[in-house]
Amino acid sequence: MADVFKKVPVKEQDPKVRATNFEEVCLGYKKEEAMEEAARCIGCKLDKAQCVTGCPVSINIPGFIREVKEGNFEKAYQIISESSALPAVCGRVCPQETQCEGKCIRGLKGEAISIGKLERFVADWAKENGVKPAPAKEKNGHKVAVIGSGPAGLTCAGDLARLGYDVTIFEALHKAGGVLVYGIPEFRLPKDKVVAAEVENVKSLGVKIETNVVIGKSTTVDALLKEEGFEAVFIGSGAGLPMFMGIPGEQANGVFSANEYLTRNNLMKAYRDDYDTPISRGKKVVVVGGGNVAMDAARTALRLGAEVHIVYRRSEAELLARKEEVHHAKEEGVIFDLLTNPVEILADENSWVKGIRCIRMELGEPDASGRRRPVEVPGSEFEIEADTVIMSLGTSPNPLISSTTYGLDINRRKCIVADEEFGQTSKEGVFAGGDAVTGAATVILAMGAGKAGARGIDRFIQGSKS
Amino acid sequence: MYKIRKAKELAANIYLMDVEAPRVAKHCLPGQFVIVKVDETSERIPLTICDYDSENGIVTIVFQPVGASTLKMKNLKAGDAFEDFVGPLGQPSDLTKEDPKELKKKNIVFVGGGVGTAPVYPQIKWLHEHGITADCIIGARTKDLIILEEEMKAVSHLYLTTDDGSYVRKGMGTDVLRDLVVNQGKKYDLCIAIGPMIMMKFVCLLTKELGIPTVVSMNPIMVDGTGMCGACRLMVGDEVKFACVDGPEFDGHQVDFDLAMKRQQMYKTEEGRAKLFFEEGQTHHGGCGQC
Repeated sequence: MADVFKKVPVKEQDPKVRATNFEEVCLGYKKEEAMEEAARCIGCKLDKAQCVTGCPVSINIPGFIREVKEGNFEKAYQIISESSALPAVCGRVCPQETQCEGKCIRGLKGEAISIGKLERFVADWAKENGVKPAPAKEKNGHKVAVIGSGPAGLTCAGDLARLGYDVTIFEALHKAGGVLVYGIPEFRLPKDKVVAAEVENVKSLGVKIETNVVIGKSTTVDALLKEEGFEAVFIGSGAGLPMFMGIPGEQANGVFSANEYLTRNNLMKAYRDDYDTPISRGKKVVVVGGGNVAMDAARTALRLGAEVHIVYRRSEAELLARKEEVHHAKEEGVIFDLLTNPVEILADENSWVKGIRCIRMELGEPDASGRRRPVEVPGSEFEIEADTVIMSLGTSPNPLISSTTYGLDINRRKCIVADEEFGQTSKEGVFAGGDAVTGAATVILAMGAGKAGARGIDRFIQGSKS
Repeated sequence: MYKIRKAKELAANIYLMDVEAPRVAKHCLPGQFVIVKVDETSERIPLTICDYDSENGIVTIVFQPVGASTLKMKNLKAGDAFEDFVGPLGQPSDLTKEDPKELKKKNIVFVGGGVGTAPVYPQIKWLHEHGITADCIIGARTKDLIILEEEMKAVSHLYLTTDDGSYVRKGMGTDVLRDLVVNQGKKYDLCIAIGPMIMMKFVCLLTKELGIPTVVSMNPIMVDGTGMCGACRLMVGDEVKFACVDGPEFDGHQVDFDLAMKRQQMYKTEEGRAKLFFEEGQTHHGGCGQC
C-alpha cells in the first residue's frame, strides 16, 4: 500500500542526460500511477474545495480527479475542458505550489495531491486517444476579434467559440501560441506535441487564426471594428518589450535579452541544425535574473553546451521562479551566484563580451514588494569570466496597440487599463487581459483574464442586442 | 501563403519580387519594412519595402542573397509563395508626416548605395507624386550593379557613379555630394542616406562637415521586428533605440555607426556556416578551425 501522505513520484529524464538534449524533462504519469495518485484525493465537496479557489480558471478539480480515480479519463477531460482551453499546457507550466496544490487539504499533513501532473496526464491521454473538447453550440453569427494567440487570447477565443461566436485571432508572429511558442522552451513545453495540439483544439471549436498580422501596423483596432465588421475586440497582446539594466557595456556583442535568446531557440529552432537562424553558443554564459524566464534561458544555454551561471541580486528564498524550475536547473548543473548584482559588462577589443563585473549584496529591510531589499556590500566588486550575457529582467507591454487605438487608456507602466471581472477597457467594445494589462505574469493568470474578457464580450454583445 | 507575382534578377545577384500581401500594401508608407520567411526552416529576413500597389495588394521587395535563407529566396519564381510576409513594420519616413507645402520649400538630396538603392525609390516616388523632384545620388561598385536606373530617372534628378568608373563617373556617392555642394553651389536642407552602414557613416561625416541635416535608414540584425527581442538595438545620441519600432530611420549625425557595424558582425561565423551547409551539404561541421 502506497503512503497516502506522499505524492506518487513522477518519472523524469536523468539530469545528466537531459542537460544535453531538448526532450521533455518530466515524463508524466502512466495510467496506473495517475489513478493511484488520484486515489489520494480526499474528494472535498466542490463548494468547499480549496484547490478550486486557488485556480485562476476555477477548474472543477475534485470532479476531474474523481473520474481519474475511476479510470474515466474522457469524462475527466471534458470536466477540465469546461474551464480550460489549455490543460496540457497548464499541467506543465502552472505554479501549482502557490495555487491549487498550495491550498490542498491533503497538503496540511503530508504532500498535496499532484493536481498539475494529473491535469497533464488527462490532457495527454485525450490527445493520444483523439478526444477533443466538446464542440461549439449553435453559431450566433456575432463576429469577435482576438489580438494575440498566447494563453489569454486562446482562452478568450475558445470560450467565445463555445458560446457560438465567430472568432478570429490575429497573431503578429508566424506561428500561433505567443509566449508558449517563443518563450517557454521545448524541454518544458513541447511545441508540436503539446502547444500545436492545444492550438488545433481551439481551432476545432471553429476559431480562425490569421498569422503575420501586427495590430497597430498591418491594421488597427479601430479598423477591425469599423471596416472589418467585428462587434468586439479582445486585446491579449502580452508584455513583449525586454528590459535592460542600463549598465556600461550592455551593447557589446554577446549581450542578449532573454526574449531574443529564447525566441531564436524556441520559435526559430536555432538549436536544430536543419533550421537557418543562428544562436550564439557561448562557452560560459551568465544569466541575470531570478524568474522562470531566467531559468529557461539558463537551462537552454546549458543544453547548447555552456557552463551557466545565474546572477541574482537577492537570495534563494526570493527567486521568483517555480520551485520545480530552480530544482531542475540545479540538478542539471546551473551554478547560482546569489546576492550578486552586475555593475558593468566587460568587452574585448572586438566589442565581444569577455566578462561581467559584479558586486556582492546583502539583504536589508523589506521593500515595497514585501521582500527584503538587497543592498550593496561596499568594496566587494569582483569579475566573472563570460562570453555571453543574457538579461532576464522582465518585460513591459508593447505600445504598438495602445498608441494606435483611439480612446484606449493606459497606466503609468504602459499597461492597458481594464477591469478584472470583465476585462472592460476605457473604449466601448474593446476588452483586454493578460500581460498587456498586468505586466509580465503567468500563463494561468493570463488565461483567467482571457475568460474574464470572454464573459465581458458576451455580456456586451448580448446586452447591446436586447 | 503570399504568392509571388513577378521575380527577376535586376543585376548580378540582386533580385526583385512582387508579392501579394494586401494588408501590407494597404497600410504601408515609404520608409517602412517587411519581414519575410521562405519556409518552415528559414530565418525571418527584414527587407525595406521598395514599392507598393495598394489597390492591387502588391508589395515589391529587392534583396541580395547573403545567407542560407536569402539563397533559398533567390530560387523562388513567379507562382511560388512565401510562407510568411509580415508588415508594414517600423515608422514611416518623416517626410510622409510633413505638410507637403512646407516640404516643397526644401531642397532634398538622397544618397543610395548598392542594394540600398531600392528603399530610396519609394521615397523619391512619393515626393514626386507630391510635386517634389529631389536630387538623387546612386553609387554602385560597378556598372553591372546599378539597379532601377530608368525608374529612378523618371521621379528624380539622378546622379550615378561607380567605384571603378565603369559607368557615368568614377568615385563614391560622397564624392558626388561634395562636388554638388562645393563646386556646383547646390544647397540642401535635408539629406537622406540609405545603403550599407559604412556608406551611411561616411555620408554622415561629410554632411556634418557641410552642415546638412541627415536621415539614415538602419538595417541591423532583427528577429521579430515588433520590439520584442532587442536584437536591433542601437545607440542614437546617448539613448538606446530599437531600429524595428523606433526606426528604421534616425538622425544620422546621432547614430553610433562603429558600434552598429560591430553588432552587424555578431553572427558572421554562424551565418557563414549555415550558408556553406546550404550550398555544400554536410561537409562543414564548424569547430575544425579550418573554415
